[in-house]
Amino acid sequence: MNKIRPLAVLAAGVVVSAGLAACGGGDDGGSGSGPGYNSAIDKIVNTSDKKGGTLRLADSDDFDSPDPGNTYYAWSQNFARLYGRGLTTFKPAAGKDSLQVVPDLATGLGTPSDGGKTWTYKLRTGVQYDDGTTVTSKDVKYAVERSNFSDELQLGPKYFKQYLIDNPTPYKGPYKDKSPEGLKSIETPDDNTIVFKLKQAFSEFDYLVGMSQTIPVPQAKDTGLKYESAIVSSGPYKVDSYQRGKVMTLSRNTHWRQDTDPIRKALPDKIELQLKQNADDIDNRLLSGALDMDVTGVGVQAGTQAKVLNADQKPYVDNPYQGFLRFMSLNVNVKPLDNVHCRTAVQYATDKVAAQSAYGGPLAGGDVATTVLPPSVDGYRKFDLYPQKYQSAGGVDQATLDKAKQELAACGKPQGFTTKISARSDRPKEVAMAQAIQQGLAKVGIKVDIVQFPAGDYFNKYVGAPKYVHDHGIGMMLMAWAADWPTGYGFLSQITDGRAIKPSGGNNLAELNEKSINDAFDAAISNTDKAARTKAYGDIDEAIMKQAVEVPLIYAKALLYRPKNVTNAGITLGYGGMYDYLNMGVTK
Amino acid sequence: MTAPIEVTGSDAEAQPEAVLAGIDRKAIQGRSLWQIAWLRLKRDKVALIGGGIVVFLILVAIFGPFLVQDPNVFHQNLNDPTFNRPKYGFWHSGISGDHWLGVEPSNGRDMLARIVHGARVSLLVAFCATLLSVVIGVVLGVVAGYFGGWVDTIISRAMDVFLAFPLLLFAIALVGVLADASVFGLSGNGLRIWVLMFVIGFFNWPYIGRIIRGQTLSLREREFVDAARSMGAGSFYILFRELLPNLVAPILVYSTLLIPTNILFEAALSFLGVGVIPPKPSWGGMLSQAVSTYSVAPMFMVIPGLAIFITVLAFNLFGDGLRDALDPRAK
Repeated sequence: MNKIRPLAVLAAGVVVSAGLAACGGGDDGGSGSGPGYNSAIDKIVNTSDKKGGTLRLADSDDFDSPDPGNTYYAWSQNFARLYGRGLTTFKPAAGKDSLQVVPDLATGLGTPSDGGKTWTYKLRTGVQYDDGTTVTSKDVKYAVERSNFSDELQLGPKYFKQYLIDNPTPYKGPYKDKSPEGLKSIETPDDNTIVFKLKQAFSEFDYLVGMSQTIPVPQAKDTGLKYESAIVSSGPYKVDSYQRGKVMTLSRNTHWRQDTDPIRKALPDKIELQLKQNADDIDNRLLSGALDMDVTGVGVQAGTQAKVLNADQKPYVDNPYQGFLRFMSLNVNVKPLDNVHCRTAVQYATDKVAAQSAYGGPLAGGDVATTVLPPSVDGYRKFDLYPQKYQSAGGVDQATLDKAKQELAACGKPQGFTTKISARSDRPKEVAMAQAIQQGLAKVGIKVDIVQFPAGDYFNKYVGAPKYVHDHGIGMMLMAWAADWPTGYGFLSQITDGRAIKPSGGNNLAELNEKSINDAFDAAISNTDKAARTKAYGDIDEAIMKQAVEVPLIYAKALLYRPKNVTNAGITLGYGGMYDYLNMGVTK
Repeated sequence: MTAPIEVTGSDAEAQPEAVLAGIDRKAIQGRSLWQIAWLRLKRDKVALIGGGIVVFLILVAIFGPFLVQDPNVFHQNLNDPTFNRPKYGFWHSGISGDHWLGVEPSNGRDMLARIVHGARVSLLVAFCATLLSVVIGVVLGVVAGYFGGWVDTIISRAMDVFLAFPLLLFAIALVGVLADASVFGLSGNGLRIWVLMFVIGFFNWPYIGRIIRGQTLSLREREFVDAARSMGAGSFYILFRELLPNLVAPILVYSTLLIPTNILFEAALSFLGVGVIPPKPSWGGMLSQAVSTYSVAPMFMVIPGLAIFITVLAFNLFGDGLRDALDPRAK
């Protein structure tokens, strides 16, 4: 179920090489008069309460669907909050604060009972749709049913289906099953209460109900797949029109009341989102002030990066983490990588800096990684079990290579070994990364052949299918991963829990199946103490790195441009390192 | 009326011989088609230049890889991490005394070495694929044209089928299927190059096949074929001893013109990621890598582009000149 967010997939293709902005990230590097380089990373910049104006957004592509129950794109989930209110959402803040879940349609976070298996939410009273009718808990239940259990809406994640108790006869969704009670594990004792009953204790349920799938949909107004062009709004804006591939316009929902909504400011009078615009053109319009935001939040194009580097523009640039990790999995069932010493040798000998350059360098590519959890995820702890040193001329230095050779000797392969590395053929940068790793490993005698597979079938037919991997001896596999919700569990469980190994389509490419780690996941997710969970994720990360099965390569970053016209601009990590659209406004 | 010419000799009948004798006795000689063609070709400077470049490229492909640096060595110190492009050289090409054509952005591999190694792949695939097309095309074309009837029908329809075949899609699919396979003891790049040759060569034969069939249709009605037949020559003899020598000129010309097409096709496949496996260099692969960096390091795109351009142009100029020389009526 948990797969890399389509946004991340998109980013992999779109974020182009050509680094940017010298002199190390983090500090104000420009001489312009703006708020400063990277200033929106940890605080909201240009704060304002001024209402009015039109927020002009653009996208080089289109929604998967603007229907809150049928979308998986991170930016689309971020954007949907303008015309819909889910039970919870991420706090409209910048940096670490944005990882916090706050109540939205609900009056508070969920109340767990039955040891974390039952979650109860109370809805705010007085919330109305744009037609003036009142939002009820039945609409939330209906929204979850249609988005997770119907065959019609397939684009979004299906976590509720995974965690909620199913009916005795499997529930087929509201379009096929017209029974009034619907899914029995979601109860609505009254119009303001909703109760979810789960199969297992799940302490992060507040994150699940933060997805756009709990945005209420009145059953009478639902038109299935066509709902995307007739969305009923429960947020501060209503959808005036949505034309696929052209434009979406929002204007104020006159039935939205500020007193029911403590987190939204609802500043612009209108919001216009132009779709299918030329990517380079979007950048040029951003720079000229004719556009306020590139809504997908995956960074400017390669050609633009040089332009936004100059001193005038640099104060309007942010270089945040994008929430995903590029890494190489070492399969524990492919010889000789079944031996931890051989895997450790790879950890030392992998030229991560060359891999970083292959993906665009420190600014457009990201930072060299040493942990599986990226810094933008709850549970990240900084550590490096396999410290490397680099030569000034490039490449891992001799001392580090010697360590790799010692490990090779301990593995019984002092002369090195031969294996294969996989990359996605339609991702030139991933192939370039494979070459960088190949030439680095060659220095200690590890000979690697590159095999390429199309991205569409990468997990279904090839590296995600253990039999194929074993039959073809593919010891090393490149991939990228982002969490659907930004916690250690959301990030790690699908790629390192042994129970996530599937005959095909799996994401645990290393086939790591350590009982201690599996148990640690169970213990963490049933623990209701957030601080304890956060610590546990760091411990699990270290335990995984001790197994040396994942070679972290880079924590992905992107260069985002924030025009001076935009107010309340802050990077939200909840949606993977893009600007938070909830309270964005314009100065004119 | 006055005499039209002034006759000065005593024996008018002997005059032409005498005149010729007086000019140059050696001048009367039988010239073969090839001698005439060579004389014509020598006068065509453009074709000669094209031919010269072709010879040069072939020498580069054969001997070049022994003379250049290792094309797979990274020179990361030449890379500017901020912009992820070479630090030095005009247009951020990395051109210097050590790297005559510059280095690749991000990893700093030597461009000259990669171009030279890429030439070997490009030319090898293009030549072998052309050879395969020509052999199949000529044999089937001659047979179809000479025998006619149901043989011709079958072969001509087969050509139609091959021409309608979605070659590019097939090539992508085949390479996908063979991505990680081992066939006839070949795997990796060894296999990949053979697959490229086969796909490009095997599916291109109808073009030359049709031309040869057409030529054969007209040749088989000629007197020398009738003469051979009336003297009891067998079909095999007529096909390969009478017809084929007369087809050498068009075969040569179209082969020369097919090579650049195949170079482009190989580049296209490499561009689409189904060519040779990296890190082995190929021109199309370099172009495809350059797409993402063209705006910051344009020379990375210009150099492999120029390599393909010059090679294709040289083959085309030479092929055109050869055609003019062998068959002036076609001009």
